[in-house]
Amino acid sequence: MKLDAAFSALADPTRRAILARLAQGEATVMELAKPFEMTQPAVSRHLKVLETAGLIIRRVDGTKRPCRLAPGAIAEIDQWLNMLREALARNYDRLDGVLAAMQHDWEGKERS
Amino acid sequence: MSKLTLTKEGERHVIVTRRFAAPPEAVYRAHVEPELMQKWMLGPEGWTMPVCISEARPGGRIRCEWSDGKGGGFYLTGEYVELEPFSRIVHMERMHLPDPTPDNHIETRFEPDGEGTLMTMRMTLPDVEARAAMLASGMEQGMEASYARLEEIAAKPG
Repeated sequence: MKLDAAFSALADPTRRAILARLAQGEATVMELAKPFEMTQPAVSRHLKVLETAGLIIRRVDGTKRPCRLAPGAIAEIDQWLNMLREALARNYDRLDGVLAAMQHDWEGKERS
Repeated sequence: MSKLTLTKEGERHVIVTRRFAAPPEAVYRAHVEPELMQKWMLGPEGWTMPVCISEARPGGRIRCEWSDGKGGGFYLTGEYVELEPFSRIVHMERMHLPDPTPDNHIETRFEPDGEGTLMTMRMTLPDVEARAAMLASGMEQGMEASYARLEEIAAKPG
């Protein structure tokens, strides 16, 4: 697993969309090209980046090379939990401010 | 010091705890009153919640719509199951990305902790497809922080 390659691979919205699609199951280049309205060579270039980053694996099936998510791509669950942790930490830091303002309002009312 | 803890409970649940310097009543209200929710349940910088419906009674509806101010956004729908002011909230929710993620069953408890409150939230871990969809939608915003962490990791030898 190459972390820096994985992060640059994930920086592109099309590649993230391709990964989300592959999370639902294996797909060929042709199947991926259709919903994204891209040419097959363009999709192939994205797949190459994802493959190099270790995020997907491809197998040979006759003339096709269907791809799927690499097992445990970037310890997927840890990555998800980290995203959740960051989102919650940011929200609760903001909530601290909201609570301080509520407290301030109450004290103001008690005084008046 | 990080005040937030986040731990996995088995393969199906996540437990989040956080302390707040305010009494349970205030923390509880901030979780169910729309005008308060809109001030903090926002996620990444720059996002707002223009629509917030929260009918705080059993069976009451929840709907939150987020916007990035550039035409991007998503929404969440849910229902309240049980409410015990000011100590416990049980609700269901799902994100629409735009396909709905599986229902997340969430129990949030608020306990007095000295002058403040200890909040404990127990949520269902979404399945792998839902996590991938959420990651794909949240990755962009998380990238800055991820890059910063990556630089730290990269700077460490070995």
